[in-house]
Amino acid sequence: MSEFTLDPISQPPASFSPSNPRSKFTTTRLKKITQVGLKSIFSHGLRSLLTVLGIVIGVAAVIAMLAVSEGASFEAQKQFRDLGATNILLKSVKPVEVEESTNRGFGPPQAIVYGLTQADIATIRDTIPGISNVIASRIVKKNIWNLGISINTDVVGTAVDYPSSRNYNLRAGRFFSETELRDHANVVVLSDEVANLLFPIDNPIAKSIKIDSDYYNVVGIMEAEGFSNLGQNQAGSSNSAPSRVFIPFTASKSRFGETTTRQTAGGMESETVELHEAIIQVDNQETVIEVGEIIDQILQRRHKDVDYSIEVPLALLRQAEASALRDQIVAGAIAGISLLVGGIGIMNIMLASVTERTREIGIRRALGAKRKDIIAQFLIEAVILSGVGGLIGVVLGILIPFIISTFWGMTTIVTPIAPILAFSISAMIGVIFGIYPSMRAADMDPVEALRHE
Amino acid sequence: MTIIETNSDHGSTVKSRDIFAGELVASLQEIKKTYYMGALSVDVLHGITLDFYAGDYISIMGPSGCGKSTLMNILGCLDQPTQGKYFLGDEDTSKMEDDDLSAIRGARLGFIFQSYNLIQQLDVLENIEMPLFYQGYTEAESHEIAMGLAARVGLEDRIDHKPFELSGGQQQRVAIARALAVDPLIILADEPTGNLDSKSGAEILTLFDELHDQGKTLILVTHSDELAEHSKREIKLKDGRVESDERIHT
Ligand SMILES: Nc1ncnc2c1ncn2[C@@H]1O[C@H](COP(=O)(O)OP(=O)(O)OP(=O)(O)O)[C@@H](O)[C@H]1O
Ligand SMILES: [Mg+2]
Repeated sequence: MSEFTLDPISQPPASFSPSNPRSKFTTTRLKKITQVGLKSIFSHGLRSLLTVLGIVIGVAAVIAMLAVSEGASFEAQKQFRDLGATNILLKSVKPVEVEESTNRGFGPPQAIVYGLTQADIATIRDTIPGISNVIASRIVKKNIWNLGISINTDVVGTAVDYPSSRNYNLRAGRFFSETELRDHANVVVLSDEVANLLFPIDNPIAKSIKIDSDYYNVVGIMEAEGFSNLGQNQAGSSNSAPSRVFIPFTASKSRFGETTTRQTAGGMESETVELHEAIIQVDNQETVIEVGEIIDQILQRRHKDVDYSIEVPLALLRQAEASALRDQIVAGAIAGISLLVGGIGIMNIMLASVTERTREIGIRRALGAKRKDIIAQFLIEAVILSGVGGLIGVVLGILIPFIISTFWGMTTIVTPIAPILAFSISAMIGVIFGIYPSMRAADMDPVEALRHE
Repeated sequence: MTIIETNSDHGSTVKSRDIFAGELVASLQEIKKTYYMGALSVDVLHGITLDFYAGDYISIMGPSGCGKSTLMNILGCLDQPTQGKYFLGDEDTSKMEDDDLSAIRGARLGFIFQSYNLIQQLDVLENIEMPLFYQGYTEAESHEIAMGLAARVGLEDRIDHKPFELSGGQQQRVAIARALAVDPLIILADEPTGNLDSKSGAEILTLFDELHDQGKTLILVTHSDELAEHSKREIKLKDGRVESDERIHT
């Protein structure tokens, strides 16, 4: 006889009614279906991975692009805040033609004359209404000394309103006064960086530093700046650290003269620049962009060469906003395309899976699975597939901006909404593109399915 | 319901029913099945009337192509007859919707196929648990039932094996355990030993005998006289008609 014996069967009686309350869709079933789905996906690891590549790329690209765009617009806003909403920045720029002509000449170097002049500023002031203030600066590169320590830095000859014009505050002491400006006084305000370099130990306030052969009394120290406040060290070629000192405009003129000399690759080079920089303050933010355009027209008429630059922070902000919008549209388009491709990939693989598992579908139907059980099974599988793709995409999408920030120093910001949105969309893709294959599976005739090889 | 009427309405070929005392579990009334293939139609079953009683052990025999599998599919609610009525228990299945047919299959029928039809990705225990899952049993309940059944078919030490790691006979025993899971009204087996060698086939037959002894209702389709010998009622089909219906080994 056989080696197995059957004990009398004592089981809970089959409780049947066409709408058996037990056969409701419970979390236990969901868990089981999910397990089966995961099993099926991981049994085809490589195939599943390739399938979800579209989703991965789509999600990662969107998150990364939005992070970069968000970072750029954050930077623009910061810059805008730092430079002032109602300011227009004028700078002297050495024109290209002049540079060439000096290289050609023999003999002792001639002083090149270029840039903004007091007359330019006066004209701007007189012809354009609504300008509340102009802060003009000269910037000369000098070696400055505190006893044995010396650094090469920009010496900015400017007006008393300089700090307030660009939300640049003092850390200690004070800025020089109107009286000191009028008197060509030898007073100096150090930037945070210069103060730290020249006075590593003691407090610089009320001490003296030497520029050329003159001594200047330190009256104040500016607070440390973010790197966004760059671009003021116009006199030198260095654009790196915002290290500079501030002296009265009048003092700069009388101590250093009109013509300045600086070292270049080809030897010494002299240049005469009246003003290196001017901040023009407008009393109404609405008109600042328009005023900027008028100033540009005036300067174009007055200057033969393009030896100046004009910057309107508000215009830069508008530009940044426009490019952020453009970035978002591009990100959206990339996302749309790759998610569509990803979705089609998922549909394709799900259709293959349905065909491969025809027999299984037949067995499940014979054992009591309803159409909706089969739909749920394949739909959940599609969602798991796209969800896993979405998850990998989210991880990559967060990692890429991080790498960009670390290696290129670009500001990137991953807002929480981007990964959440991207992930939800990818899961939805699974549902949308899983519906058709699932319906195909559910609509199979059980007898046919069971006969399938 | 209408079961009472079916008792008095049987064909003349059926002479064994009266002797058997079990309750009526399934009743076929003038079942016809026609397959349509484009313009072509094939009449496979030409009006089959049969009653099946609880605890009976029935074999269906007949030449290839006579419609045995077609009949089994109808009995198993996998397919609907073109004409006629089929009562399973006290339900008229001929008017049922797809969902209700699924429900009745899952709750009242146990299937054993010639090619076992186990799901390859699932292990022995999970295969046995599957019908219970669709009936909404909890995990603990299904586990307990499936463990008991695995032991009953002698596979308690193979519960975590995948079907491809088992011999044909073992796979068919898993299929039997699975068919028993919901304690069905009828167990339907279409050529259950068709793919097995004689030794494994004999083991399966022994299992069927034991199920019969425990009062299970078995209907099996077979080509093998040896298997038919084990049954208590032998129905012979020919060209979609009942040729003979005899009670044997009474
Ligand atoms: N889906 C179908 N479409 C068309 N004809 C079918 C279909 N299924 C079965 N048939 C036909 O019905 C007839 C009976 O088939 P069935 O499978 O019931 O035979 P069977 O008695 O089980 O034969 P076997 O002993 O070989 O398994 C055959 O002629 C077959 O070709
Ligand atoms: Mg057959």
